[in-house]
Amino acid sequence: MAEFLEFKNVSKRFGAIQAVDGVSLEIKRGEFFALLGPSGCGKTTMLRIAAGFETPDAGQVFLAGREITDLPPNRRPVNTIFQSYALFPHLTVRDNIAFGLQIAKKPKAEIDREVETMLRLIRLEDQAGKKPDLLSGGQRQRVAVARALINKPGVLLLDEPLAALDLKLRQRMLIELDMIHDQVGITFLYVTHDQSEAMSLSDRIAVMNAGRIEQIGAPAEIYEAPRTSFVAAFIGDTNFLEGVVADHPEPEYSRLRIEGLPDATVYNDKQIADGHKIFLSIRPEKIQISRDRPEPKPKRNAVPAVVEDVIYLGPTTKYWVRAGEHRLQVLRQHARFFLDEKPIRWKDDVWVFWHGDDGFMLEGFRRDDEKLVAAPPQKVGEA
Amino acid sequence: MKRSRFPFIVTGLVLVFFYLPILILVVDSFNASRFGGAWRGFSLKWYVRLFHEPAIWTAARNTLVIALIVTFVSLLLGTTSALALHRFSKSRFQRVHYTLIYTPLVVPEILMGISLLMAFVAAGVKLGMGTIILAHVTFCISYVALVVLGRLQDFDFTVVEAARDLGATGWTATRRVLLPMLAPGLAAAGLIAFTLSVDDFVITFFVAGPGSTTLPIRVYSMIKHGATPLINALSTLLLALTFTTVLVSQRLSKSGALEGGQ
Repeated sequence: MAEFLEFKNVSKRFGAIQAVDGVSLEIKRGEFFALLGPSGCGKTTMLRIAAGFETPDAGQVFLAGREITDLPPNRRPVNTIFQSYALFPHLTVRDNIAFGLQIAKKPKAEIDREVETMLRLIRLEDQAGKKPDLLSGGQRQRVAVARALINKPGVLLLDEPLAALDLKLRQRMLIELDMIHDQVGITFLYVTHDQSEAMSLSDRIAVMNAGRIEQIGAPAEIYEAPRTSFVAAFIGDTNFLEGVVADHPEPEYSRLRIEGLPDATVYNDKQIADGHKIFLSIRPEKIQISRDRPEPKPKRNAVPAVVEDVIYLGPTTKYWVRAGEHRLQVLRQHARFFLDEKPIRWKDDVWVFWHGDDGFMLEGFRRDDEKLVAAPPQKVGEA
Repeated sequence: MKRSRFPFIVTGLVLVFFYLPILILVVDSFNASRFGGAWRGFSLKWYVRLFHEPAIWTAARNTLVIALIVTFVSLLLGTTSALALHRFSKSRFQRVHYTLIYTPLVVPEILMGISLLMAFVAAGVKLGMGTIILAHVTFCISYVALVVLGRLQDFDFTVVEAARDLGATGWTATRRVLLPMLAPGLAAAGLIAFTLSVDDFVITFFVAGPGSTTLPIRVYSMIKHGATPLINALSTLLLALTFTTVLVSQRLSKSGALEGGQ
């Protein structure tokens, strides 16, 4: 698979704000690619540059090897699904969908045929004569999809297409979008701030922050092996621990000296040299909690702790524990739940432990990103 | 708690004050009596006589021609002005533009009339239909621009981007999406311009020339000759025309408001 949509050192500034800051990105043909990040990170600007609504201050955009940087939107083989859908309120569903082909001056018979196909794809044959105002949110969304796809674009751009829908509908549309992508097989560039949307739909994700790309990878890669504190904290929840690499008992593993805790064994794939300061990210669900001291195993890190807060979440329970000066969140799933089991409670002495492979060394750390993770309870109390 | 009747009484009095004179005029236009006041039975004779006055017909034709041209020109200029005001609402230049557009609404009509007259005379323009059209357009632009601007403010321009995205050129997007969606607002603005042009007396009085008499001016000169019953009939017709256009324009603004942004 070759690069299909390519951004080369693209920058865009709005007044004092550097919306996109020298971003390079290659999206493959047929890929479902997500741009994920908080609002204001520049992801929508990237999409608008791809659509032709914005011209980058610097850099180039290529589509199938052809430069499209300065091409106006109407001359680009890309189509967009807008967050507000932007359906034409004065036209019927049928005319909305036919719009692109009518503009292209296709023969009427062909337009009618294509529109019927699209109406079948989005299962709205019986609503074709209605104005968009009379449709539900989910139906409007499907019309927007059909109106874009009928032009057989090289790339479909989706700007937070599910943001306006309620949760249940969002989950249904998620499946529907995935099915449509499988059926039509064109490249999707999907912009969202919702990590679960990005995770469940995408082949690859680019996590953006402050106009730059923090990491590109498959969903599992991004979640399991975040490169920066931003990625670790923005996608899911995590614990940060600061330490110094003490030595390398094994080539792939280091011992990390963490203040106030016993030395921890950590997977050191980045070959960070001894003596360097490093931040560790451990996901809450990778840490186990138990009343009894776990039996020592190679690469197992076990730390005594005190429970400060217990939050029952249904499928899981979250424990905030204090180990030395560090506060950690631990997530525990109830595979089998016994009501008469003596549960872990507030102020209990416990052990928390995790495998060396589950603590992930970060290449970049910013203090600010700590604010993105769940905050420990302010006042110690029982949930 | 008993509701106070006071607001109803005040509203009633205001309405009576506003509309009673008009009502009397309308009723009088059907009065057979030559002098208003005493009712001498229902008659359409003033209307019949009105239709046989060639001067009235000329004035009516002038008024209509002027109003139609004024409506068209001020719609064109007012809409482009509103688009510019909306698109570049943050630039200092457009803030000046906005003030300039707004001013004609608050400048006393007589002042506008005098200054336009002086301008035409200074420029050596012959007074007539042309000068009336120019004068009407100057204040109708403002109304059109403000009405259209109001509509643009809650217009979602993403639909224009969507049209561009689907392959439409800037002009096609304007023609097939922007204008149809703005149509109710444009129609309302056009009707306002039309009504203002038909009704205007003060400014027209200053800039009119020989052979360009409009209906309001005709009415004024007829009063001087004391042909009241004819005036009543003519005024009633004018009133009917004005009321219909105002009603239609209100209808259009309302249905437009519902259709507007998504």
